[in-house]
Amino acid sequence: METPEVQKSPLSRRLEAIPPSGIRRFFDLVRSVEGIISLGVGEPDFATPWHIREAGIYALEKGYTMYTPNTGLPQLRKAIARYLEENYGVAYNPETEVLVTVGVSQGMDLAMRAILNPGEEVIIPDPAYVAYAPCALLAGGKPVPIPTTGEEDFRLSHERVARAITPATKALLFGYPANPTGTVMPRRELMALAELVRKHQLIAVSDEIYARLVYEGEHTCFATLPGMKERTILLGGFSKAYAMTGWRLGYACAPQEIIEAMTRVHQYTMMCAPIMAQMAALEAIRNGDAAVKEMALEYNHRRRAIVKGLNAIGLPCPEPQGAFYAFPSIRATGLSSEEFTEKLLMEEKVAVVHGSTFGACGEGYIRCCYAVSLPAIEEALKRMGRFMARYGR
Amino acid sequence: MTEKEKEFLRILEKDPRTTPEKLATMTGSSPQAVEKAIKKAEGEGVIVKYKTVINWEKAGEEQVMALIEVKVTPQRDVGFDAAAERIYRFPQARSVYLVSGTYDLAVLVTGKTMQEVAAFVAEKLSPLESVQGTVTHFLLKRFKEDGDILVGKETTPRLPYTL
Repeated sequence: METPEVQKSPLSRRLEAIPPSGIRRFFDLVRSVEGIISLGVGEPDFATPWHIREAGIYALEKGYTMYTPNTGLPQLRKAIARYLEENYGVAYNPETEVLVTVGVSQGMDLAMRAILNPGEEVIIPDPAYVAYAPCALLAGGKPVPIPTTGEEDFRLSHERVARAITPATKALLFGYPANPTGTVMPRRELMALAELVRKHQLIAVSDEIYARLVYEGEHTCFATLPGMKERTILLGGFSKAYAMTGWRLGYACAPQEIIEAMTRVHQYTMMCAPIMAQMAALEAIRNGDAAVKEMALEYNHRRRAIVKGLNAIGLPCPEPQGAFYAFPSIRATGLSSEEFTEKLLMEEKVAVVHGSTFGACGEGYIRCCYAVSLPAIEEALKRMGRFMARYGR
Repeated sequence: MTEKEKEFLRILEKDPRTTPEKLATMTGSSPQAVEKAIKKAEGEGVIVKYKTVINWEKAGEEQVMALIEVKVTPQRDVGFDAAAERIYRFPQARSVYLVSGTYDLAVLVTGKTMQEVAAFVAEKLSPLESVQGTVTHFLLKRFKEDGDILVGKETTPRLPYTL
């Protein structure tokens, strides 16, 4: 008798739960159009400051091409701990509470894999950075999006979070200043969230990659709030502030038990971050402050220019207080965010990212990255102005 | 000078064509405040002048530059100032610095030809009473000047679209 053929999917069922990135089709479209101005890139337009690049080159010249300890170079971990203490007043033990990762992206993945059991829920703001929900899903968790609105500057309401908490809730995952909205959470609102984290014994995963790019007020490091250091996985990195996106270098700081768990996953998957990138990061954290301030000042100038310009052409945009994104409403056009971006690209050759990529609540908005030169911003605004003259209502 | 006023200056130093309106937008100030601050800075000599950096070689015009080390005898009461003044009054002297080390003044001279620069050194600079000696270094290539890189701009090969 013949054995019946068993239909087996070649892919992991867990992966099947993750929708393909809505951005890929648009990415192909962008590549097919010549002469575009792109506000669609989520990274600095500066190259890494020269002294940092030079440190990377020197590392290679000196033959630093080998593995480092799993948790990262001891001197880099020490420098990260000192930096966090000096800048935000939170003290981590570099031996046991700091892990050097391959960007915040890997830190996020490790955090999710280290803390989640199948089916455990992770509360995530909507809209939020595209990788948050998939990272939770890949680790077997269940992302629970919490709506935020433009009317409330996309701040995460603790009342809504409180209502979403169930016995299965394990973690709260967020990032401020936020990508894509540029929202900075005021300290008192973070305090209210911290209260919930404490009360329900959750773990906060706080993505603070944009911490140095705060233009109004000050950055509040979530781990510094009362009782939060024991319950927070702080994720940070070098990509945005030091213009080091391609070096792929970040770090995670958390209680020893969590860092140990994250290191266990890290040592069997990534092993360690590249040594030359770690050497460059060491130079960045020790001597990169002036360059960070100079770039942040430049972003601030561009921020004001783009916000004023967007409002002037009929795309209402509150002043984003951090990161380098403006998130204007496009509701006046009656177009969906995807239609808007596609038409804008084809008709005026300006690339922006449609808000729905970042979650259902991002619909009706577009993300414009202003980490591009002022003349490019001005030209993009001119083109968008023409577009709005046709589609604005 | 306030921090805001220094911010205006930094922007103008990079691009003197930035209009008061644009400066106001970029810094979150009013155009009136910007204009007032600029006028004040101009009046006080904080803003010396508005300059354009030109790469004359690219414009097809030859220009010879030389850095001249000048050893001078300092004079009673006025030190090196009198000698420096005699030199910086010459239109050929583009920059004049008092420096420490084996010589006293560093003078940057420009001319149309090598002969013109040589003639300036031989006929104008060297015969000055206070000048004890000169060493002339002709500039072969300008890579960076006043903080501006002249040999090609760095561009970042970013993808047009990422998340």
